[in-house]
Amino acid sequence: MALTEQELFHSLGKAFGPRIQLQTEFRGETTCTIAANDLRDITKFCRDELLFDYLIDITSIDNFGEDPRFEIIYHLYSLPHAVHLRLKLKISEDSGALDTVSDIWPTANWHEREIYDMMGLKFNGHPDLRRILMWDGYPFFPLRKDFPLEGLPSEMPDVAFTKVTPLEGGPFVTVPSTATSKDREPRARPPEL
Amino acid sequence: MGVFSGLDLLLPIACRAAGFCKDGSILRACAVALTLLMPETHATAYDSKVEGNIIFTRFDAALNWVRKNSLWPMPMGLACCAIELMAAAASRFDIARFGAEVMRFSPRQCDVMIVAGTVTYKMALAVKRIYEQMPEPKWVIAMGACASTGGMYRSYAVLQGIDQLLPVDVYISGCPPRPEALLAGLMKLQEKISGERSFRNQKPELAEKLEEALA
Repeated sequence: MALTEQELFHSLGKAFGPRIQLQTEFRGETTCTIAANDLRDITKFCRDELLFDYLIDITSIDNFGEDPRFEIIYHLYSLPHAVHLRLKLKISEDSGALDTVSDIWPTANWHEREIYDMMGLKFNGHPDLRRILMWDGYPFFPLRKDFPLEGLPSEMPDVAFTKVTPLEGGPFVTVPSTATSKDREPRARPPEL
Repeated sequence: MGVFSGLDLLLPIACRAAGFCKDGSILRACAVALTLLMPETHATAYDSKVEGNIIFTRFDAALNWVRKNSLWPMPMGLACCAIELMAAAASRFDIARFGAEVMRFSPRQCDVMIVAGTVTYKMALAVKRIYEQMPEPKWVIAMGACASTGGMYRSYAVLQGIDQLLPVDVYISGCPPRPEALLAGLMKLQEKISGERSFRNQKPELAEKLEEALA
């Protein structure tokens, strides 16, 4: 029997109480903020008891300059109930690690590898935590805010290399206006404008 | 055309190239060259059956003519340019008109690598390895903005032009280039090949011997 959202989140709140730190709703979708060490308990409950059987995506945010620096968001969906749920948690730069959910939803395996590759966060208990987009041995984590868009030179004998990309004054941006495209899309725009 | 010994078979092929050879400097070298290459075969006597099929030309011209009209591509399709590459091979544009329809997915059978698409750093090493597996002589066409310069991908992940890894013969502009542009690039490459000193570059000793014999 399909449960309504209220019933689902009522039972979630009953099971975990204050461990659900904050629950907000936006346009009919609910977001819960949780602590990193509650992740496995809550996700297991969500899958087994609330039937959130579909992990849509895992995303990571680098809030550079804040503490805790990183934020991870799990986008869940329940096919039987047709309900969305987002779980948010924060990771400090010092720990830089959280538990894997790849045994709960197998699709998390590659999502977590991508987050490791791009953000440098480690997943405890992941069966195969290798880079997925860049090559093994690449020394940087390109989606961190302190990584420049044009890249950094890397030299890995027998593996690969990168050079700094010429941006020619860019990154290229578009200024919204009714001006001609030549004026709207300058090849280079000083960052203070 | 009469078919006789191996020598007789090669002669008309070499001779027909003269019609395509624009420099007009018709030399006597061809027959001598073939005799030196295959000294055990007998020389051709006059035969009315091959009359009119024999034209004298430079060995280079004959070799280049054979090469440029049968360029087997290695389709290095990495992004959307590969769709245009496929279109160029299909019936509407028909790359077979230029002798380049035999897309080989084994680099060991290829003459020209068509790098069609964005080359990321992760892929760059595979592209280079495949290039190195191709036998000499070999050529490279950088098809489209990404393969030529990195294109719009000014990013940490993209190689800014395949010419940082491989020697490129022809660059084709466009994002992606239309199939006609690829065909034009292929014709440019054919022009380039027909001007190469292939025989002298690849067999310098034999070329020297020939010159001595002719002197």
